[in-house]
Amino acid sequence: MGNKTPLYQCHLDAGARIVDFAGWDMPINYGSQLTEHEVVRSDAGMFDVSHMTVVDVSGNNAMAYLQYLLANDVARLGTRGKALYSCMLNEQGGVIDDLIVYYLRDNFYRVVINSATREKDLAWLAQQGQNFTDINIRFRDDVAMIAVQGPRAIEKSLALFDEHQQQALSQLARFQGAEFDDCFVARTGYTGEDGFEILMLSDRIADLWDRLLAAGVAACGLGARDTLRLEAGMNLYGSDMDETTSPLISGLSWTVAMKDERDFIGRQALQAQKDEGLQQSFVGLLLLDKGVLRNHLKVVTAIGDGEITSGSYSPTLQQSIAMARVPTGASGEVEVEVRNRLLKAKIVKLPFVREGKSMLTNEG
Amino acid sequence: MSEVPTELKFLSSHEWVLVEDNVATVGVSDHAQELLGDLVYIELPETGSVVAAGDSVGVIESVKAASDTYAPISGEVIEVNEDLEDAPDRINVDPYGDGWMYKMSIEDPEELENLLNAEAYTESIADDE
Repeated sequence: MGNKTPLYQCHLDAGARIVDFAGWDMPINYGSQLTEHEVVRSDAGMFDVSHMTVVDVSGNNAMAYLQYLLANDVARLGTRGKALYSCMLNEQGGVIDDLIVYYLRDNFYRVVINSATREKDLAWLAQQGQNFTDINIRFRDDVAMIAVQGPRAIEKSLALFDEHQQQALSQLARFQGAEFDDCFVARTGYTGEDGFEILMLSDRIADLWDRLLAAGVAACGLGARDTLRLEAGMNLYGSDMDETTSPLISGLSWTVAMKDERDFIGRQALQAQKDEGLQQSFVGLLLLDKGVLRNHLKVVTAIGDGEITSGSYSPTLQQSIAMARVPTGASGEVEVEVRNRLLKAKIVKLPFVREGKSMLTNEG
Repeated sequence: MSEVPTELKFLSSHEWVLVEDNVATVGVSDHAQELLGDLVYIELPETGSVVAAGDSVGVIESVKAASDTYAPISGEVIEVNEDLEDAPDRINVDPYGDGWMYKMSIEDPEELENLLNAEAYTESIADDE
C-alpha cells in the first residue's frame, strides 16, 4: 500500500488502473493512454499532480537563499506570480532535482519539486538553509494540485471560478500565477499545451476534480503525461538527468544563469565543464524504422555511441521518438540497437510537438 | 476482472491457444493486453518458420513496455495475422477474436497437455487482478 493523494477515491470512481509511482498509488490510465493523450492535444484533460512536493520559502533572505540554491536566477522574477524553471545542483554540478519556483510576493516564493525526490530534496533545502538567517522553509503537505491541460483547458476551467477570479485568470500571461484566498492558479504545465495548474487545500480538491469532470475535462493518467511531456521535449528527472549528469549535457543549459557573478551551488563545476568543453549533447531522436525506442538503448553515431534517456511512442506523430545523450557533433542519421538489431533513426531538434502541432521539419 | 474463455488453453506468459482441426491459433490474453495498455507495435514470426515450444517468436510493444511472446507448442507457423502490423490495437479491442496473432501446425499433440486450462490460468493471474 503506497501513499494516496486526496483524489485517490476519485481515480477509482473514474475507473483508473492504479500503479505504484515512487511510493504513491497513482492512476496510469483510465482505460486508454492514447485516448487521454489525444484529448489533451485536442481538447482538455486533467492530471492529479498532488504527489508533487510544494514548499514555501519566505523571510528577508528568501531571495538570497534561492539565488544560492538554484542554477537559474530568481532575480529574473520581476512581477508577482511569475514562474521560473530551474535545476537544483550539487557541488559537482549534478542535478539533485528540477523544479518550478513562483515569486508570490516580496520575501515569499513557492517551490514545486518532484515526488520521488521528496526526502532528499527537503533534507537538502534544510541543510543549505542553515547558512542563512531569517528564512522560513515550510513543506506544504496540506495542499493538493490538479493540472488542467489542452487547447480548451483554460476555457473549460474558467467557469469554475468566481467573477473576480475569472477576470484575473483570463488576463494571466504564460508562466505566470495568481494567488487567491482559496487557491493558487498558474498558467504552467508539463504537456506542451496551454492550461492551468491549480493548487488548493487538500480537503477541497475532490470537489474541484468533480466540477472539472462536469465541465467536460477528461481524467488523464501518468501514462499520457509521460508521452505528452516527451513530445514536448520536457525532461523527466531520474531519466533524462540525475545527480551524475550536468544540466549542460541534459538540454538544460538555457536554465543555467551564469552571465553575472552570482555564486550558486555547482557553479564552479559547471564552469570547469564549460572550460574543458562538453563531450556530450542532448538531442531528439525520431525512429525511421518500425519499432519503439526505449530508455537506455544504445545509439550508434558516426563519431561514437550515445544512449537514449527517454524513449516511447509519439501518439501525435504516430512514430517512436526519444531524447538521447550523444557525442557532441553527432547529427543526421544514426542507428539504435533494439534487441540486437540496428534500427534507423534521425537526430532532430526538440521539441517534437508544441500546442498540438508537429515541429518536425525536413532538416536533419 | 478480465475475460478468460473456457474453450482456450493458456501459457502463464499470457498466450492463449485455440485448437481446431489440428491447427493451433495463438493470441495474447485479455489480461495481458490490459496490463500492457495501448499496443503500438508488434513483431510476429514469419509464415513458414519452424518453432519449438517456449521459443521467443515475437514482441508486443505498448506505449509503456515491450513484452516477448512465446510459442506455446512446437510446429510450423502457417499463417500470420498481417492486419496487426498496422493495427496492433486490435489486440486491445478483441484479444480473442480479431487480435489473434498466428496459426501453427501441431507437431506433438502431447505438448498441449502442458498448457493451462482456463481455471488454472485464472488462478495464475489472480494476484494481478
